Parts: sequence; C-alpha cells; structure tokens
Amino acid sequence: MKIAVLSGKGGTGKTLISVNLAEAAGSSTYIDCDVEEPNGHLFLKPEDVKTEEVAVLIPHVDNDICDGCRKCVDFCRFNALAHINDKLIIFDDICHSCGGCVIVCPKGALVEQEKVVGKIEIGNSNQVEVRSGILNTGEPSGVPIINRLQDGDISATNDMIFVDCPPGSACVVMDSIKDADYCVLVAEPTVFGVHNLNMVYELVELFEKPFGVVLNKSINGENPAEQFCIDRNIKILGKIPFDTELGEISSNAKIAVRESKKYRDLFSSLLDTLKREVAYETTSNS
Amino acid sequence: MKQLLILSGKGGTGKTTVASALIKLSKARAYADCDVDAPNLHLITEQISSPKRRDYYGMDKAKINTELCIQCDRCRQHCRFDAITLDEYYKVDEFACEGCGVCELVCPTKAVSLYPAVAGDLMLYQSDDKAFSTAQLKMGSGTSGMLVTEVKKQMKSAVESAPLAIIDGSPGIGCPVIASLSGVDMVLIVAEPSVSGISDMERIIKTADKFGIEVVVCTNKFDTNIAKSRQIMQYCNENEIPFAGEIPFDDDAVQAINGGMTIVDVECKSGLAVKKVYQNVMVHLFKDGGYGN
Amino acid sequence: MNIAIPVDDKNIKSDVCISFGRAPYFMIYDTDKEESIYVKNTAADSAGGAGIKAAQMIVDNKVDCLLTPRCGENAANVIKTADIKIYKTSNSSVLDNINAFIGGELPLLDEIHAGFHNHGGK
Repeated sequence: MKIAVLSGKGGTGKTLISVNLAEAAGSSTYIDCDVEEPNGHLFLKPEDVKTEEVAVLIPHVDNDICDGCRKCVDFCRFNALAHINDKLIIFDDICHSCGGCVIVCPKGALVEQEKVVGKIEIGNSNQVEVRSGILNTGEPSGVPIINRLQDGDISATNDMIFVDCPPGSACVVMDSIKDADYCVLVAEPTVFGVHNLNMVYELVELFEKPFGVVLNKSINGENPAEQFCIDRNIKILGKIPFDTELGEISSNAKIAVRESKKYRDLFSSLLDTLKREVAYETTSNS
Repeated sequence: MKQLLILSGKGGTGKTTVASALIKLSKARAYADCDVDAPNLHLITEQISSPKRRDYYGMDKAKINTELCIQCDRCRQHCRFDAITLDEYYKVDEFACEGCGVCELVCPTKAVSLYPAVAGDLMLYQSDDKAFSTAQLKMGSGTSGMLVTEVKKQMKSAVESAPLAIIDGSPGIGCPVIASLSGVDMVLIVAEPSVSGISDMERIIKTADKFGIEVVVCTNKFDTNIAKSRQIMQYCNENEIPFAGEIPFDDDAVQAINGGMTIVDVECKSGLAVKKVYQNVMVHLFKDGGYGN
Repeated sequence: MNIAIPVDDKNIKSDVCISFGRAPYFMIYDTDKEESIYVKNTAADSAGGAGIKAAQMIVDNKVDCLLTPRCGENAANVIKTADIKIYKTSNSSVLDNINAFIGGELPLLDEIHAGFHNHGGK
C-alpha cells in the first residue's frame, strides 16, 4: 500500500505526518522524495545506511572521429552542444540525457557515459526502512533521483509505504505520486494553504488518485481549508490541532510518536482511519 | 534597479509573509512572485489593476498522428522519459514528454511531430509607476526556470526606472531558485528555527554562494525554538553572514494574512519586528548609496 | 578587427544588454571600416542553454573580441575555446564602450558566473 503525502504549499507538515505515520505503522517504509531539501532522515536518524550514487548519461565525443558536421549541435533542443575550432564541447548540466545526439551522429563519434548527480541512502530506524534521496547542490533536476528511489528492483519489503513528496505540483511531485495507491493532502488553515491545496487537489484529480485531506495546525474557528473540503465533498481524514508542544518536538527533529502516548494515540488513530479509507477506495475501484 | 530576492530553502518559513511586508514598507514600485509553481503573493498585495495575461510556452511537446503511425514501436523504445504508451493507439504523455525530439527523429513515417505547448500563464499588474509580475506554471510542467526568467523580465521592462525590486522566491534549491538568482543584488533568507529549517538554510546559502550573490539572514517564528534560533545566529556569525533580525511567532500575523493584509498593515508584534529587519536589509542593500522612493 | 556587443536595439544609440545569452541582438562592429551590422540572437527564445547557442553564433560570425557586462561559464567556455577575448563593458552606452575599447580602457572580464540553468525540460 503506497501512500503519497503532498501539500502544494511548503511547511504544512508533510514530513511531520509521513514520519509519524511510518513510525505508528510499525514495520513500514518511508521514502523521502524531496531530494532538494530532504528532511525525513533528520527525524528518523537511520542506521546501517547504504549509499548508492545516482547518475545520468551524458555523451562524450571522440574528437578524432568527429568530422564537424554539427548534426548533433543542430539537433539538440537544449543547446547542450557547441562546435568550436574543430572541437565538440558538451555541456553536462544542460544535457537532458535524451540520447538524440548519439543517434544522429553519422560517424558514431558520440558515446554515453555516466555522471553522478546525487545519491540515495537506505537505512533503518526502529522498524522503519528509511529511503532518502539527495540532489547535489547546483544540479538542476532531482527527477533521476526520485525515479531511482522508487525503482522496482529495490522494492520495499514492507506493506505500508509512505512517500514524503516535495512541495508544489510540478514535475518532481508528479514523479513522486505516479505509483501511489492513495494520496494524503496536508492542508494548513491559511489562505495561502488553501490556494496551494487547490493545486494539488487538481493534480490528484487529474491523475485519478483516491485521496483525502489532513487538516494540520488546526485551530478553533474558521478554517478556510476545512471549508474548501466541505464545499467539494472531500474526505477529511483527520485534524491535527495546532500545538506548540508538537511544534517544538518537531523543530528538534524528534518523532512525536516516540515521545509520548498522546501523540502515539493521535497518529495511530489517524493511521487507522487512513487504512480504512485506502482499503475502501482501492476495493471499490477494482 | 537593485533587486532583492527572498528565499528560504525550506518551504513554509514565511517568505511571502516577509516579502509582502517589505514591499509595503519600502513602497517598492517593482515586485514579482517567482514561486511560479505555487504563487501566493497576489493574495495579499493590493490590486493595482486587472492583470494583462499571456500564455507562456515551454518546451515543445510531441504528438503522434495516428493516421500515419504504423505502430513500429521505435518511438516508445527510444523515449528516455517513458512518455510514449500504447493503448489502442500510440500516444504521448504530455506531462512526461520533455520535448527532446528523439521520437520525431526515429519515426520512419513522420507520424510524430513536435508542437509548441502552453506551459503556464504570465500575469502583469501594472499602473503608471508600479508593476507586479507573477505567473502560474501549468500543473506538471517543467521549464519552471524559464518561466521565472520571464516573470523577472516582465517586471523589469514594465518599470525600468524603479530603484528597488522585491522578488518573492520559491522553496528548494533547483531550477526555479537558480533562475531567480540571476541578476539579483542580494538574497534575504527567511530561516526557520528547526533542525529541518537549518539544514535547508545551509543548502540554500551554499547555492547562492555558488553564484556569488550576497546573502543576509533573518529568523522567522524565532520563539518557537530559542535554542535553534541562537544556532542560526551563531552560524551567521561564524560564516560572516549579516544577520538582519528575528521575528516572533504571531497569531495576529495569520489573521492578517487570512484577511488579505500584510503584517505591517495591522498592529502586531511580528509587524514591529519585520520593520527592524527591513531597516537592516536596506542598510546592506544600499550601502553604496541612499534609497529614496 | 570585429567586436561583438549584446544590445537591446538595432541602432548605435542602443544600450548594452545586461544579458549575454538572451540579448535580442548582437552588434558586430568592424573597427577598421568603422561599420556595424546587427544580428538577431536566435538563442534569446531558447528554453535553455541560451548562452551556449549565443556563443556559438558569435564564434560563427568570426568575431575577434566580445564586449559584455557579464557572461556565464558555459558561454565563456565556448568563446574562450575559440580564442575570442572577453572584455567587461562599463556602462550602458554602446558608443562609449566601443570608444573605451579602442582606447584600450576596457578591462578583461574576470568574473565568469556559473550557469543559471534557465533551461527547459525538468
């Protein structure tokens, strides 16, 4: 059961919720797809960490074979190639690894080689298997790392998988949710929060993913995010009250479920609701 | 025109809250929202006018003409982005397509072609001497970097003579952030006193450093964790990064924002604190010359 | 010799464009004949790698020196490989900068900034 936790807006509590749900679930897998600013490992502090580099394929040229026809330069839609003074220059950080230049070269002067853009780390924290990805600073795109994190050959051994997604609704988020069985949308009770909730709401509808909302930092009184859900008949999975103690625990990167019974109960209850919803949604759709 | 960019690394630290306050205090005539993925600044800035909208075109996308397709499968085999699927017909997934053109290259019957594709909406709110530039990236699109560049270009050409421009940035350290750094004079980092917030702050500082842009830091919601706030100040001290001040957590701030107002439009403690941050930031930004609007 | 300058408009009174890769035009000035032509920068609309494409264009136009306020590392790589010298412009006027260059007053451009990755795709 793969559950993606996303929000549109940053700072609503995706990591707080995914880390605590993973812990409450006992043996589970936590995958941190926010490869630009990964945070889950700060809470889970995994041990026995194995690291694997993630690389992309970049073309390399044999200037002895290259005859300067420039078909590759003309083909590349990303302008990653230039030909100067009988030398072909390839710009790694612009290259999208599409392989087109290699195909187009009439002399076979181009060959692809790997370039490391980041890494994934797999470890354990109590019963939680922790998988994090991290993008090297200066590299523009985390997509290859997110894809590697979710590769079939390192399939999880646990039933419940929580995917902590990046903020926003762009390509990195789409890649993070593409294999999810269910999406948990985390909303905060502010106009900014609702505005961005709307974006991910549209995204999950577009991808036809079953979903529900968790209202985080919930306060008494008017909650624009709650109203948003009511107006659209969106399932509210639960409310996590605004709680300075919870905030402080999290700001110290501690996992609330491990700290006290109060939070163990809170997140276990949320997890039960979630499991019921997921079971209902997945069976009613099959 | 001096450009001040507001970044954070971590999401939700208060960039837009701080940016909108600085815009109000400085009476900046040029401002922009470069968080094209999840823009929010327009929700709390005064409406200058109704916006001029235009389509933003990102990379071209591939499309398959079913009538010419002989289902040889070459396009799908060569696509590195898993963007071509076969159901009843061969089809391109426009969200996965990166516009590389390899499918068009390998197709034996010219059934695949690349077309310009709308990837977002650009909006410009303009009056005689003020301009607010923003955009919304279409869901799932790439080219956020290029759209950010368009947002800034649009702002600059609308009010070329404005002495100060304030730019609300996006979270993260990838394309849109890197694109927003181009041509900027200074970055104000809004930091959050938490383990995650500090970890992310360090990564964004490293990124700004790579581009040789001056950085100033302020801490928002500082009283949610005093020890971590002190850690941030220490970090700035050790790395010789100017520290512009601290802003307390403030329920009144949330209320103001929800009511469509900035924290300096109402009487509240975060508003008072951000005024001091503003003064410190201006001192650094205009250290070579005065700022008068 | 031929010098190239990124410009906002196709005339001598134009300002030097603050961007190299996305300048709308390049002025190519022949210092011997004292004549100028303007070339449209096809890289300006590129989703990405604009600096590289613009640099390739400069090289293909057989320029000896480039005058620009700034230049990214990828574009600089292309230009230096072609043995073209890069000089830093000092203010906005094209005419002032050409005269300063001829008078030997323009410094070489030292600070090459990292690529800004305004590129397309993901």
